[in-house]
Amino acid sequence: MVERRPFLNILTHLVLIAGVLIVAFPVYVAFIASTHEPSAFVRGVLPLTPGDNLLESYGQMLNAGWQVGGTPPVWLMLGNSLIMALTIAIGKISISILSAFAIVYFRFPFRMLAFWIIFITLMLPVEVRIIPTYAVVANLGMLNSYAGLTLPLIASATATFLFRQFFMTVPEELMEASRVDGAGPMKFFKDILLPVSITNIAALFVIMFIYGWVQYLWPLLVTTDEDFYTIVLGIKRLMASSDRVPAWNLIMATVTLAMLPPVLVVLFMQKLFVKGLTETEK
Amino acid sequence: MASITLEGLRKTYAGNVQAVKGVDLAVEDGEFVVLVGPSGCGKSTLLRMVAGLETISEGTLKIGDRVVNTLEPAERDIAMVFQNYALYPHMTVYQNLAYGLKNRGFKKPVIEERVQKAAKMLEIEDFLSRKPRNLSGGQRQRVAMGRALVREPAAFLFDEPLSNLDAKLRVQMRVEIRKLQRRLKTTSLYVTHDQLEAMTLGDRLVVLNGGLIEQVGTPMEIYARPASMFVAGFIGSPAMNMVPIEYLSSRGARELLVDLPPETDIVGIRPDDMRLSPPETPHLVVESTLELFEAAGAESHLYVRLAESEQPTVIRVSGQPPVNEGETLRFYVTREALHPFNSDTGQRTG
Repeated sequence: MVERRPFLNILTHLVLIAGVLIVAFPVYVAFIASTHEPSAFVRGVLPLTPGDNLLESYGQMLNAGWQVGGTPPVWLMLGNSLIMALTIAIGKISISILSAFAIVYFRFPFRMLAFWIIFITLMLPVEVRIIPTYAVVANLGMLNSYAGLTLPLIASATATFLFRQFFMTVPEELMEASRVDGAGPMKFFKDILLPVSITNIAALFVIMFIYGWVQYLWPLLVTTDEDFYTIVLGIKRLMASSDRVPAWNLIMATVTLAMLPPVLVVLFMQKLFVKGLTETEK
Repeated sequence: MASITLEGLRKTYAGNVQAVKGVDLAVEDGEFVVLVGPSGCGKSTLLRMVAGLETISEGTLKIGDRVVNTLEPAERDIAMVFQNYALYPHMTVYQNLAYGLKNRGFKKPVIEERVQKAAKMLEIEDFLSRKPRNLSGGQRQRVAMGRALVREPAAFLFDEPLSNLDAKLRVQMRVEIRKLQRRLKTTSLYVTHDQLEAMTLGDRLVVLNGGLIEQVGTPMEIYARPASMFVAGFIGSPAMNMVPIEYLSSRGARELLVDLPPETDIVGIRPDDMRLSPPETPHLVVESTLELFEAAGAESHLYVRLAESEQPTVIRVSGQPPVNEGETLRFYVTREALHPFNSDTGQRTG
């Protein structure tokens, strides 16, 4: 530990406060902008106190959307994003925990080959395989559907790898004891392995939820129907209205709303999340 | 309750590594048999084969009259206590004990009754609602025992269950395991590398070396008549001294050594069979310089070097004799104390 000295105390606080300001100030500006007239933001001087337009901006975005920019109501887009992020997070975790379980606890031919193939796909992010993936999804008729939005993003080498590494630290005797206790493989998985992995699952859930929430390129490709727009896509469309002054208050209201769900997820899962990333004692 | 019969058991790992090279053993109903040997001797592998955690490469394994070679561990009606306890970390002590019964479809009241009974026997009733991480090492050990107990299995298998405990607790648990086994009369197989644990616990010992049985017998039989140099060196602490026969005969004690079998070229002498005062019966006299004196309270260890050997010879005497390091000492050994061996075969000669 670093020694406690008044000077060091002040210094560390200054650094922390600076860090917080750098991160939090833009968020604050976004919120302030959403409470002013559309013109207030482009006047050149940023207002730093809340205006009186808060209810109007949020009310309009939530209920009606912005028809001029071709944006559906925010409720709809938030719902779509939520469905997408949840499906991706839950899907990724279910599939990867099962494949890690298979790789670590079963001896079958080509086990290591399977692992390496999964591992190699770590090097192939969505963007690299986006054209073939699009072709497959389009041919399967999954454009403009939740399946099309989520399925291609569910397979996850990262999560499989992380679960594999975690399972390898779980003492083998635990599995042997449960075998002696009369638990078959799936019973062991359900009764012992899942509860033991709960903090890791929580940590991955947070990461994967945010990953799903901020997806932009993929939804842009597979959705043309407004009913399937996600919130990130909506923000982009609000800003893209050319030859018109962007309605900054509406954009910022949408941005503020878009930030809420991930923040809530992190807040609620914070305890488990931190435990999952740091806990080593089992 | 049941007997356990091992017939020609072999374990061969990939790459033709043989961990167990043909073991025959009959554990009788209610008997406490200890498998003992140095690390890598195959004792744990053997136990895990009985448990069903390792496949059997060759041979037959019977529990009772049933051949169980290919049965799952759960179908063999055995319970196992692991070295690191392997308690389910997310379950309370109660749930840990109840898990095996629950999986076997026992009714709630039966589970409750059996768990309470086992908890009472092991004095862990007060911790039933705690999680394993809130227990001390000794308490975890009891819970691990309890998990085996509630099942009321045909046999208990112990895989070095005491080696994670501190010395004091180890002695205490050793006594308790012995008492418990006497009371329940459940057939038990116990693996350890600690010869003292083996001597004090077992009805019979099985000394293993290099995947083969060196000797089977009661602890005192093995101590009094080790069948090979390996067993002689492994059982008993400090280990038995090995002295070449030429050294002894050059000390002018030929008449005492003539009746030893002719192939004998080395004799073993227990550290406590070398006396500082001459006995009544015919004896050998050995002289040597005291290299090191070790006082261990009730007894003392004297280290001398005989015949330019690399290993010092250890002598155990009770109390603290008035000797000084560097002084030349005389030791007396009777004929009965000599264990004759052949150093080429490693076997006892008579």
